[in-house]
Amino acid sequence: MISLRAYDAIVIGGGPAGLPAAIELASCGAKVAMIDREDRLGGQLTKQTHMFFGSQSQRAGTRGVDIAGILAKEALEKGVEVYLGATVLGYYDDRVIAVEKDERFIKMKATAYVVATGASEKMLAFPNNDLPGVYGAGAIQTLMNVHGVMPGKRALMVGAGNIGLIISYQLVQAGVEVAAIVEAAPRIGGYWVHASKVRRLGIPVLTSHTVTQVHGTDAVERVTVARVDDSWSPVPGTERDFDVDVVGLAVGLSPLTELLWQAGCAMRFVPALGGHVPVRNENLETSVDGLFVAGDVAGVEEASSAMLEGRLAGLAAALKLGRGSVTGVMKAMEEARLELESLRAGPVGDKIRKGLEALAREAMAS
Amino acid sequence: MRITHHPILEFQRGRKVRFTFDGREMEGYEGEPIAAALHAAGVRVLRHSPKLNRPRGFFCAIGNCSSCLMKVDGVPNVRVCVERLREGMQVQTQVGKGDLLESV
Ligand SMILES: Cc1cc2nc3c(=O)[nH]c(=O)nc-3n(C[C@H](O)[C@H](O)[C@H](O)COP(=O)(O)OP(=O)(O)OC[C@H]3O[C@@H](n4cnc5c(N)ncnc54)[C@H](O)[C@@H]3O)c2cc1C
Ligand code: FES
Repeated sequence: MISLRAYDAIVIGGGPAGLPAAIELASCGAKVAMIDREDRLGGQLTKQTHMFFGSQSQRAGTRGVDIAGILAKEALEKGVEVYLGATVLGYYDDRVIAVEKDERFIKMKATAYVVATGASEKMLAFPNNDLPGVYGAGAIQTLMNVHGVMPGKRALMVGAGNIGLIISYQLVQAGVEVAAIVEAAPRIGGYWVHASKVRRLGIPVLTSHTVTQVHGTDAVERVTVARVDDSWSPVPGTERDFDVDVVGLAVGLSPLTELLWQAGCAMRFVPALGGHVPVRNENLETSVDGLFVAGDVAGVEEASSAMLEGRLAGLAAALKLGRGSVTGVMKAMEEARLELESLRAGPVGDKIRKGLEALAREAMAS
Repeated sequence: MRITHHPILEFQRGRKVRFTFDGREMEGYEGEPIAAALHAAGVRVLRHSPKLNRPRGFFCAIGNCSSCLMKVDGVPNVRVCVERLREGMQVQTQVGKGDLLESV
């Protein structure tokens, strides 16, 4: 006999998007499972040692790693059944998912799904980019902040967005020297607070620069950078070398959408959202009935918006399941939508707003 | 190298365990990823690529990219960035694609 574990709702991914979704669903009385392939809940938050900013309802002033703990505790208290070290491998036509845990397969099924699998790092093309020592910025963060191991002695960071800036700062905190941060764009992309932190440490930020090559036999020993012109092509004669043993790539993220493709969700390519993203309605329900999305998998953004999207998707899924009081749930959904809107209102939300508009246009067009 | 002092974080490490890397005795902490223990001991080359025999280390550290495949206790293609270290593990550099049948 094939055993199948059945739930009202399954939340895939236990990061800042998945956790609030599971909490809302359980609060409404649904039987909820949450699955994460890591051994602890919190997703990217577990690596973030800096304090968050934004509105107080999004827990500004609290370190990311602490927010993870608070949300995880709440989910457990609400009775969410949590599977850790469990990877969702497949989504099948009959709404069954296959989960691998401890080298065994578990089959599960739910009426509603919230997919909150986050994003993965983008690669950059240059000679020797496969040498040991060229790491995704997130990998450096995991190694240092979760496992307490230094990635090397001296690093060069590629990308001066928030991630590149924050991880450079964290490298110094961990005792690793940062030779420079290179950024192909003519200006720093990250927030001013993070940029000024690395400036105070004396780390040079080379804008309009890129990596052209990494050197080394068994691992990274040296890196060549060069200035780029307006079309982002390296300018000959402007090359300079840095002796480093680590090159960190912080050149963006792309949504981890494999499960959505398998489920047959309508997808569109929207560069401002990080790549292929699912078409969805204002309640984050995709083209597959009862399948909701939240967080970076729906478009690369931030933990604060991921938490709000998670709430909204969880509430909408509860409504679909007929759980909770209809008026109460609808009111909470409206609140979450308004908060999301105000979060994305300023100049910082410009890219996301444009991305979401482009997605809506693309979805209409076909 | 291990981080010994950190302004914000305190690391809770498991007990010390011994394992081997290509036959060499090594030490690490129980429960940490094998890749972290190796990295702390200065080992960065984890395998050699199947076609061009190029050295490979880890890249994503979260089990996404398959850059870090090694042979662990005779089983090839183990993602050591997420596989946890246990006492007495035999970890080997993987060359090529690895033969699954060899391990059963
Ligand atoms: C260095 C850095 C600094 C940042 N700083 C800030 C900041 O100051 N403020 C802010 O608001 N945001 C910040 N962010 C962004 C924020 O961390 C992300 O936007 C947020 O974590 C996205 O949440 P998520 O839940 O969608 O994804 P994640 O946090 O990535 O969680 C996804 C989870 O899904 C799991 N998963 C994926 N696939 C599967 C599968 N198939 N089966 C089982 N589990 C799976 C993963 O293990 C993971 O735990 C920062 C990000 C980084 C990298
Ligand atoms: S480093 Fe990517 S899977 Fe291990």
